[in-house]
Amino acid sequence: MTRKRRRLWILLACGLGLGTATALVLTAFSDNLVFFVSPSDIAKVGGNGRTVRLGGLVEAGSVQRGSDGASFRVTDGANSIAVRYNGILPDLFREGQGVVTLGILQPDGGFRASEVLAKHDETYMPKEVAEALKKSGQWKPEAGPAPAGGAWKKPGG
Amino acid sequence: MRLSGAVLPYLAAAALVLTVTGLGWGLFVSPADWQQGDAVRIMYVHVPCAWLASAGYTGLAVCSILSLIWRHPLADLAAVEIGPVGAGFTALCLATGSLWGKPMWGAWWVWDARLTSVLVLFFLYLGHVALVRAFDDPTRGYRAGAILALVGAVNLPIIKFSVDWWNTLHQPASIGLTGAPSMAPAMLWPLLIAALGYTLVFATIVTVRLRAAVMERRIRGLLMARAASESGA
Repeated sequence: MTRKRRRLWILLACGLGLGTATALVLTAFSDNLVFFVSPSDIAKVGGNGRTVRLGGLVEAGSVQRGSDGASFRVTDGANSIAVRYNGILPDLFREGQGVVTLGILQPDGGFRASEVLAKHDETYMPKEVAEALKKSGQWKPEAGPAPAGGAWKKPGG
Repeated sequence: MRLSGAVLPYLAAAALVLTVTGLGWGLFVSPADWQQGDAVRIMYVHVPCAWLASAGYTGLAVCSILSLIWRHPLADLAAVEIGPVGAGFTALCLATGSLWGKPMWGAWWVWDARLTSVLVLFFLYLGHVALVRAFDDPTRGYRAGAILALVGAVNLPIIKFSVDWWNTLHQPASIGLTGAPSMAPAMLWPLLIAALGYTLVFATIVTVRLRAAVMERRIRGLLMARAASESGA
């Protein structure tokens, strides 16, 4: 009995130590663990010529498609940055959609992207539900993410 | 052993029925997503696999605790048998996730926190599979494997909360224990049925493997006893 009890305590102590160590390491490195930075982060620290990933929502009404690419603004609500991209945009790209762009901040404050990834949110719904939400005025896809799931069913959905 | 033999056919049948129902419903009947279209159907394979990758590792960790503290012989064998099955489900999760990521995000793979932590989970499974078989004395293999499994268990909360703690390309969870799921019921039900079916498939495979391992051990014991009695006689 006592040996089992002792092994239990040793295991608990090891687990506690390991958990604390991991938590400290992850907290210390949390700046490096993020996949992308927001326009507000860039506004705070600047781009200093490094290649970074900029993430946010595509601002409504900002998309201009040209023959060799597109320009649009990425916003997080507080700040926004103009992005210029030559290449093929992903299928899910639209106004109000989350995107992550890889590129370099230019001296003029614009962002030159070499890669654009679409980031969809965790909301899944059939076309009919999306249409009903749009029709009833509860949700504009250009303006941001869809309302929470509990709110759908009441009108028409 | 006798109980597992009696339950096994029902377990296998339920697993088959639920998996076929969930997958058939999800892949052919359920509606397409408003923005992802038919690509959303990969979810009915990807999400249950991802859940089971984590759940399987939790089982592995529990077996390791039972093995290290109480030295339970069945827990040793169960840990050995869960390893390859969990690795398989994790590989399926990574593969389907990659197939889903290319058309939706525009990339097969990105090094964001969620994807990277699941890849680490896959390597932990592979490491466990290799380590428990690397010793001539199986008991030492069980001990080493159990320690590896428990050290790797810190990865489980990292996987779960990676999408909340850091900004990632992977979207946060749609379904939680609290709050309404952000998924239409017509898509949620087949997903839950498929998840239950996959869980039973996982349990069936592990049970079959575990029964085989127990029998193997018994046969080896009998053979050794006979060899001992023959050499003694």
